[in-house]
Amino acid sequence: MTDEPIPASKARLFDVRRIIGGLFVVYGLLVGAIGLFDSQEQIDKAQGVNINLWAGLAMLVLGALFLLWQWLRPAEVPSGGESAE
Amino acid sequence: MSGLRLHLNAADYLILGLYFTTVLGIGFWVRRAIRTSADFFLSGRSLPAWVTGLAFVSANLGAIEILGMAANGAQYGMMTTHYYWVGAVPAMVFLGIVMMPFYYGSKVRSVPEYLRRRFNDSTHLLNAGTFALAQVLIAGVNLYALALVIRALLGWPLWLAICVSAAFVLGYIVLGGLSSAIYNEVLQFFVILAGLVPITVLGLIKVGGWAGLTEKVRGAKLGDAGLHTWANAGSAHNPLGASWIGIVFGLGFVLSFGYWTTNFAEVQRALSARNMSAARRTPLIAAYPKLLIPAVTVIPGLIALVTVPGLGAKTGDLQYNNAIPILMRDLLPNGVLGIAVTGLLASFMAGMAANVSGFNTVFTYDIWQTYIRKDRPDRYYITVGRVITVVGVVIGIGTAFIAAGYNNIMNYLQALFSLFNAPLFATFIIALFWKRMTPWAGFLGLLSGMLTSLLTYLLYLGKVLHFGSDLDESFWGAGIGFVTVLVVAVIVTMVTTPKPIEELDGLVYGVGRSNLSGDTLVGDRVWYRNPVLLGSVAVILAFALYIPFW
Repeated sequence: MTDEPIPASKARLFDVRRIIGGLFVVYGLLVGAIGLFDSQEQIDKAQGVNINLWAGLAMLVLGALFLLWQWLRPAEVPSGGESAE
Repeated sequence: MSGLRLHLNAADYLILGLYFTTVLGIGFWVRRAIRTSADFFLSGRSLPAWVTGLAFVSANLGAIEILGMAANGAQYGMMTTHYYWVGAVPAMVFLGIVMMPFYYGSKVRSVPEYLRRRFNDSTHLLNAGTFALAQVLIAGVNLYALALVIRALLGWPLWLAICVSAAFVLGYIVLGGLSSAIYNEVLQFFVILAGLVPITVLGLIKVGGWAGLTEKVRGAKLGDAGLHTWANAGSAHNPLGASWIGIVFGLGFVLSFGYWTTNFAEVQRALSARNMSAARRTPLIAAYPKLLIPAVTVIPGLIALVTVPGLGAKTGDLQYNNAIPILMRDLLPNGVLGIAVTGLLASFMAGMAANVSGFNTVFTYDIWQTYIRKDRPDRYYITVGRVITVVGVVIGIGTAFIAAGYNNIMNYLQALFSLFNAPLFATFIIALFWKRMTPWAGFLGLLSGMLTSLLTYLLYLGKVLHFGSDLDESFWGAGIGFVTVLVVAVIVTMVTTPKPIEELDGLVYGVGRSNLSGDTLVGDRVWYRNPVLLGSVAVILAFALYIPFW
């Protein structure tokens, strides 16, 4: 029962990097755009920092890095035990 | 609770909606890949270490943890970092380096299953049953806390908040099983940070940077003691009310090792890794974010202490647990506010999903398949897993109200941990290193340890026994349970028969050889993926981080 071979799984083809990258790029653009049009009142609330613009940029960069990582090193369909990451 | 009400606009709701859509989308996507019960309960043992590692830390990064640690930050100051640096990282490293070879190498599918092979069915059933019970209770606690926060922040009625959030967790776990939970945990990790970092940054700007914060904390009710971690730990006269003995042995050893090394909701993440190397690295990779999380929980707690007048009330909006929601209200404009609300709700769901996915695996494999319906086709057990997920969530909704009546929910969780984890850890540590320990020593040791911990707790609640604080009680309750297991296990071993040595292969230190490198991938041999190196650096960093806050 515990020694059954672990079946090859299509789950391996799912790449969470694409999801994280995609969501953060969308969040980054959305929040960054809000930052571009923020009222003075909103900026005052955030201690004079345009936090939406900065947070948007940071999330955009994070999302782009995930997409770049996935693009540069796509997940491989495992064949036996000798695939590099 | 209207004082905490946040004014979300359409953009904030769009951010929230996008997140929930993505969460369910992952569930649907992963569902197509589920062919076997191993896919559903163990992600087909196929995940890379960075994914399981972030899921490992995220499974612990429930909102109760975040809000509770910010609350502790406001109440106890920098001593709260003990929960991270001495109370988590060493145990995580121990799990990765010492214990994971036994868990992953013996190919058990759960923590209770290890006990069945090492001891007997009685020990197994005791642990599987209490674990399943604890998970639905804690899921209920998570759910109740989530509903309170949604009601306070968004103004939704309690029942609606409970049903909607339970439905989402249920949805994505029923669809995609553990893979769905793990992928969502990785996503949650980043969303939670994206919400907490702006709070911390703006809070620090508001109080005039680190220098401004320390100066103001000295002037607040916590005083200079709130800025130190060990300086006042010679006696119990410090904000935490615990001496270094309690901190090191109670928190750092018994409670922490009990939680991190035997809690299946955590260990399960590592068991889903694709090979031994990735499984061992799972808790080690998790240790690095864990080192830094106090920066976005404890520091906001201190910021709230000095910027929110009257924080620390027993009831109402100004309880310590509301430190982070209050800062969100005061500091964040619409936009990042939506991100922070999403992060907070995401972390609630991370915590609950970890409980639910641990529960459904243990129930299906360890209770249903082992004792009730054996030898059915594999597909049958996927269906059982899905059905029991629904049942577990429904029980969780029911038990949500048990959590009511405790003003510091973290202490309630600590109490549960001390009841279930410390005796279990004691049983494990002897089981792993003493091959003569007999099956009945395992059962009676574990049972008596759990009972003495429970008794200590009940006597404390009944005011028969007196401790410095709830926290002090949990240290002692855990320690008493731990020692009881050691004593009972040794005595029972003397008068009962040990298992034949050949049945212990790969389960006990020095018996057989657990193969550490048989399934190694080429890329795993590079020096920076060496578990011992990763673990040592994490422990050194944990100690180094104390230096500025001595």
